[in-house]
Amino acid sequence: MTAIPADPARPTDDESVRRQLDETWRQTPGLWGWLTSVDHKSIGKRYIVTAMVFFVLGGLEAGVMRAQLARPENSVLGPDAYNQFFTMHGMTMMFLFAVPVMTAVGLYLVPLMIGARNVAFPRLNAYGYWVYLAGGLFLYISFFLNTGPDTGWFSYVPLAGPEFSPGKRVDVYAQSITFTEIAALVAAVELIVTIFKNRAPGMTLNRMPLFVWAMLVQAFMVLFAMPWVATVTQLLAMDRLVATHFFNPAEGGDALLWQHLFWFFGHPEVYIILTPGLGFVSMIVATFTRRPVYGYPAMVLSLLSVGFLSFGLWVHHMFATGLPQLGQSFFTAASMMITIPSGIQIFCWIATIWAGRPRFGVPFLFVLGFVVIFVIGGVTGVMVASVAFDQQVHDSYFVVAHFHYVLIGGAVFPLLGAFYYWFPKITGRMLSERLGRWNFWLLFVGVNLTFFPMHQLGLEGMPRRVYTYLAGTGWGPLNLLATIGAVLVVVGVLLFVINVAVSLRRGALAGDDPWGADTLEWATSSPPPPYNFAHIPVVEGRAPLWEQPGELPAVSGLRTDVRDVLVTTLLDARPDSLHRHPPPTIWPLLTAIATTILFVTLIFTPWGAVIGTPLLLLTLLGWGWPHGRDHQEQRMVEQTG
Amino acid sequence: MPLTLASTLVQQAHASLNPASPQVRLVDRLGTAMFVTAAVVCLLVFAALLWAALRRRSGAEPVAGGRQERPMKTAVLLATGVTTVILFVFLIFDVSVGRSITTNPGNDALQIRVTGHQWWWEVQYRDSLPKNWATTANEIHVPVGRPVVFELRSTDVIHSFWPPNLSPKRDQIPGNENSLWFQADSAGVYRGQCAEFCGHQHAKMAFLVVAEPADQFEGWLARQRDTAQTPTDSRARRGKDVFMSASCVMCHAISGTSAGSRIGPDLTHLASRRTLAAGTLPNTRENLTGWIVDPQAIKPGVKMPPNQLSGPELLALVAYLETLK
Repeated sequence: MTAIPADPARPTDDESVRRQLDETWRQTPGLWGWLTSVDHKSIGKRYIVTAMVFFVLGGLEAGVMRAQLARPENSVLGPDAYNQFFTMHGMTMMFLFAVPVMTAVGLYLVPLMIGARNVAFPRLNAYGYWVYLAGGLFLYISFFLNTGPDTGWFSYVPLAGPEFSPGKRVDVYAQSITFTEIAALVAAVELIVTIFKNRAPGMTLNRMPLFVWAMLVQAFMVLFAMPWVATVTQLLAMDRLVATHFFNPAEGGDALLWQHLFWFFGHPEVYIILTPGLGFVSMIVATFTRRPVYGYPAMVLSLLSVGFLSFGLWVHHMFATGLPQLGQSFFTAASMMITIPSGIQIFCWIATIWAGRPRFGVPFLFVLGFVVIFVIGGVTGVMVASVAFDQQVHDSYFVVAHFHYVLIGGAVFPLLGAFYYWFPKITGRMLSERLGRWNFWLLFVGVNLTFFPMHQLGLEGMPRRVYTYLAGTGWGPLNLLATIGAVLVVVGVLLFVINVAVSLRRGALAGDDPWGADTLEWATSSPPPPYNFAHIPVVEGRAPLWEQPGELPAVSGLRTDVRDVLVTTLLDARPDSLHRHPPPTIWPLLTAIATTILFVTLIFTPWGAVIGTPLLLLTLLGWGWPHGRDHQEQRMVEQTG
Repeated sequence: MPLTLASTLVQQAHASLNPASPQVRLVDRLGTAMFVTAAVVCLLVFAALLWAALRRRSGAEPVAGGRQERPMKTAVLLATGVTTVILFVFLIFDVSVGRSITTNPGNDALQIRVTGHQWWWEVQYRDSLPKNWATTANEIHVPVGRPVVFELRSTDVIHSFWPPNLSPKRDQIPGNENSLWFQADSAGVYRGQCAEFCGHQHAKMAFLVVAEPADQFEGWLARQRDTAQTPTDSRARRGKDVFMSASCVMCHAISGTSAGSRIGPDLTHLASRRTLAAGTLPNTRENLTGWIVDPQAIKPGVKMPPNQLSGPELLALVAYLETLK
């Protein structure tokens, strides 16, 4: 038990503790409060909603593309529109949906799971969201103005270079990536510091929930992968804006340099999306089998090795570029090796399900669907890891099938499972189980119907990124089948949206812990109060709610009249110091607006830097201006007993 | 597993054929082995998952640790071990196939230079004597049973050369030279298509590989080396004048005439080719006429402009182009 020097202003009874905490931590009411909020739950929610809106937009783009490809030489979209659509679909799903939504769920849940009051850097969190939103709006406004990027989310040079893509479309591509990378990087920093320094006392590293481990690994991957894409897109922007020649072979540049740099980010990106999904699955499996996931150390080590190995695979995106064979074999070996930690996790989940007493709630159904789809994507992944086989199916529909199985299986199914699982915590109401089952089965059948035929189309020679195909190729029937599958997916997603809309108002009340789960977020009310926990819990095991039934032991002596959060040590989570958190502030939003002005003007003129940088500095000055009232007071915690 | 498809535009028929070269045969064998293993692995995992989820359970509450976890440990370790072994076998199989398909083709090999352009293929048969060079487009003739080395280039953006029945693909990257080789086993017409996204008409950038017996191939090559015949009938002669005075001559070459531009496909033997517009249309009079008048309707974004010619001019031009056998 830990205690902190007594404070005269500290109330003693539970009711007034809660009242005072609420007064201290709640956001200002009204629109102003919404704009100035630094609460991780408020920001997390809007982050999740925004990402889901982009998910629906990206899905609609895919739907229109499937309509175009339903039959040979169709005329729903011409080549110019189709190229924008497939680029927008890829960019939306990768940069505006998959990474942000995982980060967002992490930003919402991690503090609750580790017994913290907020993320470590609340203002940075707000800034990250606003920059992300600005990037998404920038991309979509450009798209609606017919300036949407049209060279693919990978935008290979020289096609994306100034000579072959004049106009502003590729600049929009490069700059909207910069927005989202900044958002991802600040979120990664917050998550890492929050996880390392704000865990409840007693939550040693080896007692952390597997989802928190997954987010920690993901955040480190973001930290090491994202700077590459931010750099490489800036090099491209410079080639286009100020006539540098990084990628121009005619002037000593190198077209392949782009591919190396892009995929050095682009491959970890896949695992950045996947890893949080693995975390969701572990949490849902534990709760729905009513036992802890088997093999905790193996699960953690698997997550870590996936994180490491994902940086050694990038060349398997370049097997057809004519790199030396010996070097390619190394990447084949690495690509195959990453199957092992992924496999270990699957095996451990199956073992857990075997040993537990599964309840077939909707979140668990999504986990079962995840295993099926993800394993199919995994085995085709092993196939395309082979250089010889990949050179045959590379850039064909086989690859389209493969990575949709991996990403829908590995990210979307766990995410939807997570939605059904944590929706009650976030909103206080349950999602409908009946609609959920329909939602699941439509998606499961729809996804398989859409993407399974694509394996065969690839083997039959259908290349990716084609706006149409000739009847003589014989690819029509399977494409039609895929389009029918896509209709089912659209209906499934629609049901999900309806379920959310209806349940928000009429769903059954959830209570604190509707699933009988084991982790800390279920110890507080649903939805959680602004301060998360009235008393910071003390953790004595991996499954605190199962191991310590009844009232959790709690930290006593924290002030409730100021925004004090407890900082604990990295390995053992021993109380270390107190950190005073900032009150709501408008400066993150203003800084994000200045950032936006800088980035957007920069695609038109190098003078953008001259206009934007002083603005940005000014807002940062406002952000960091010292106030007497939130003077950063640090006190050491005394250990007693 | 039907790994490949040979379906020519000429025949307008879908035909799932077997591999047509030793290279693709090896890849097909590797792919089939991996596919079968993958299917078995999937079924085993799904069966294990279903059994784990649905098996009948005894009354006792589950507890973590203890005796119950012993079989779980064995199962997880065994599954991981089997996975590792399978991956090792695949790795070795892959490396050996990779080595076999990239061996030296030998000195007898025919050399063909294929240059990717937005959105067509320039095909050049080189020789030690430049006068023996032959240039064509979108249709590659190869002799059966003789290795053919392809020198792959691009002068604009990245393309990727992929005739699925005959060879795995290889990118054509400006500033980098790539090559591949294969040997066609049997005569036939095989379709190939650009595999790297290259802009507006990536979808309609196809080519044909015509594999034929050696003597037939030599005859074809000799004809391709010839300069174009001067037309004899009057309409075709008028057509030639139209060609030389309209915008055609700005981009296309016809050897033996003053047309020498290399921006678009070489038309010296246009009438001998099976398709137009990079494997997009069968080479018929109607298609050729339609293509000349409004190529943008057939391949939106293509670099060829629409041509406003009077009826008689157009007929004459088509008549001339049809003499270019």
